[in-house]
Amino acid sequence: MRRLSVLKAAIAGFALCTAMASSAYSADIVGLITKTETNPFFVKMREGAQAKAKELNVELITAAGKFDGDNDGQVAAIENLISAGAKGFAIVPSDSKAIVPTIQKARDAGLMVIVLDTPLDPMDAATATFATDNRKAGQLIGEWAKGTLGDKAKDASIVFLDLATNQPTVDYLRDQGFMAGFGIDVKDPNKYGDEDDARICTHEISQGDQEKGRTAMENALTKCPNVNVVYTINEPAAAGAYEALKAVGKDDGSVLIVSVDGGCPGVANVKSGVIGATSQQYPLKMAAMALEAIVSGKLPEIDPAMGFLDTGATLVTDKPVDGVDSIDTTKGADLCWG
Amino acid sequence: MSNDAAGSERAEAGLAGADPSVANFDEARPTPIRRIQAFLHDFPTSIPFIVLLIGVVIFSLAAPGKFLSPLNLSVVLQQVTIIAILGIAQTLVILTAGIDLSVGAIMILCHVVMGRTAVVYGWPVEVAFALGLVVGLACGYLNGLIVTVLKLPPFIVTLGTWSIFGALNTWYSRSETIRAVDMEANAPFLLWMGKLIKLWQDLGVPLPFLRGWVVTYGSLLMIALALIVSYVLGRTAFGRHVYATGDDPDAARLSGINTGRTLLAVYALAGLICAIAGWVLIGRIGGVSPQAGLTANLDSITAVVIGGTSLFGGRGSIIGTLFGALIVGVFRNGLALSGLEVLWQDFTVGVLIIVAVTIDQWIRKLSA
Repeated sequence: MRRLSVLKAAIAGFALCTAMASSAYSADIVGLITKTETNPFFVKMREGAQAKAKELNVELITAAGKFDGDNDGQVAAIENLISAGAKGFAIVPSDSKAIVPTIQKARDAGLMVIVLDTPLDPMDAATATFATDNRKAGQLIGEWAKGTLGDKAKDASIVFLDLATNQPTVDYLRDQGFMAGFGIDVKDPNKYGDEDDARICTHEISQGDQEKGRTAMENALTKCPNVNVVYTINEPAAAGAYEALKAVGKDDGSVLIVSVDGGCPGVANVKSGVIGATSQQYPLKMAAMALEAIVSGKLPEIDPAMGFLDTGATLVTDKPVDGVDSIDTTKGADLCWG
Repeated sequence: MSNDAAGSERAEAGLAGADPSVANFDEARPTPIRRIQAFLHDFPTSIPFIVLLIGVVIFSLAAPGKFLSPLNLSVVLQQVTIIAILGIAQTLVILTAGIDLSVGAIMILCHVVMGRTAVVYGWPVEVAFALGLVVGLACGYLNGLIVTVLKLPPFIVTLGTWSIFGALNTWYSRSETIRAVDMEANAPFLLWMGKLIKLWQDLGVPLPFLRGWVVTYGSLLMIALALIVSYVLGRTAFGRHVYATGDDPDAARLSGINTGRTLLAVYALAGLICAIAGWVLIGRIGGVSPQAGLTANLDSITAVVIGGTSLFGGRGSIIGTLFGALIVGVFRNGLALSGLEVLWQDFTVGVLIIVAVTIDQWIRKLSA
């Protein structure tokens, strides 16, 4: 009995070894490293990469940091990919500065490194960068809010539900893009909080979290009882803000909520009127294009003035405004992720 | 004989003017500081209560007209509800000189189980709700089993299960959010804890000071839970066993308490309370968000510590924890309304924790 089970284990182990060895010899290895395992944005990115890897017949190794901002976890993942002899990898850096030396090490070892979503600092430390133009994503919802309010835009009272106090790149890009689109003088375009436009009522921190988004909106409501525009960093924060507005009876359409992301629950919330408009981004496309570039060794055309490949941002709303291009929620739902 | 009598008289005379008292360890007049220390030792909940009062006074001056409105105070109560419920669970564990780092993870897992089972898999909402509670109980029971059977330190055990429950959450939720609209259509019962009661209009109680107050069922549940658990801790044999186990497990065992069974019950009960917190969370955010509540673990410990419960076990109270959660809520809300950046809120909460533990250590000296 006991000998039998030992035998079984040996057979299983042998089979596993052969399976692993055969797969390792048959295909190129390509990596995908995201900030976390759990964020739906990265979950979809991984699914896009997995589908593409199957199509291109390459072996995909995925890894992620333990939490948003975990640099060490990503360093370890890159080291593992170098030892595994990967051809290259795509990475969404958690810390756009601290990861640079490790990326240099990988490039020195001959790996192609495509940075997704969050550009490195400096951007040219990567072989190439594929990302959403977050400033443009913010600008689209700013223009939409301004167009929707019409004459009332000049007396607006705006609440900003931002990401974090240290203002990561994506945070100030979307926030300042919104302001530019709405017609607010942004002063320093790489920082929020230095503006003096009277229409800005408050900046609150939501951490992109639904519960904290609600708390931030509740505090904002005490400061800004006449709020009529709410900018949110992402759709969970928007959903939380809506709950806070609903609790005080302001869910009657008197307050416009705008957001960025274009996840499926977010697009559904645009359809049901919770969110007025959202800028949709395309993580699956980012990942798929990165894999193609790494496997073929050829980069797509990149506009040198921009420095990165813009994978696009599209405004999703059922109440279009003249002069701002948008798609409706049916189309948005076809293209959504998460 | 006469000599002896004379000798003792002489000896007595020699003692004249000496302190007549015998072996007295009491100080003649306790200094005011000692009195305060003794008072706090007898009524430890008074510290968080005083801090809360001070906070309310400061912020009604710093943010005039904004902070002290019934609407804003109602909002603060709603904001602290979830952390306070988790804090009740955490207090139970900390009273046994343990710690539970997995409370937040259990809450998130349970809220996902309730919402997803009902909305995505279409099970009857009662079953989904019960399943969520069972999962919470099971998670807590698992913590308790590892602590008592394998005799591992609770810090390590729950550090591990925090990770495990988090991974199970990612697996079961597939990181998918469930929206308020779908929740209302398929499982309105799960949103019930977020329903608002306007004390003035809805209850029709003609008390002018109730005007403007809005509470949720979740907040009422929190208060009810606090009263029940306080009663159990203070008035039942089980409750006394919890304190005894935390104060001195050896002495507790020698006096006939089954400390293993007590610990197991405490962790399981804590898990169940976390599941209830998950139900309240669904009501608060109006749906299911597997990404929510990342800081809930540490926030619950903060509430317990600021509420005056000793991390060394055996001393503290549920009411203290409620005050602790309220203090954090009042300071965060008050600082935000006064226009300070969030980083100063974090700074202040940090200072409050250190002060609370310092006071705890100082009081402990009296009992040592």
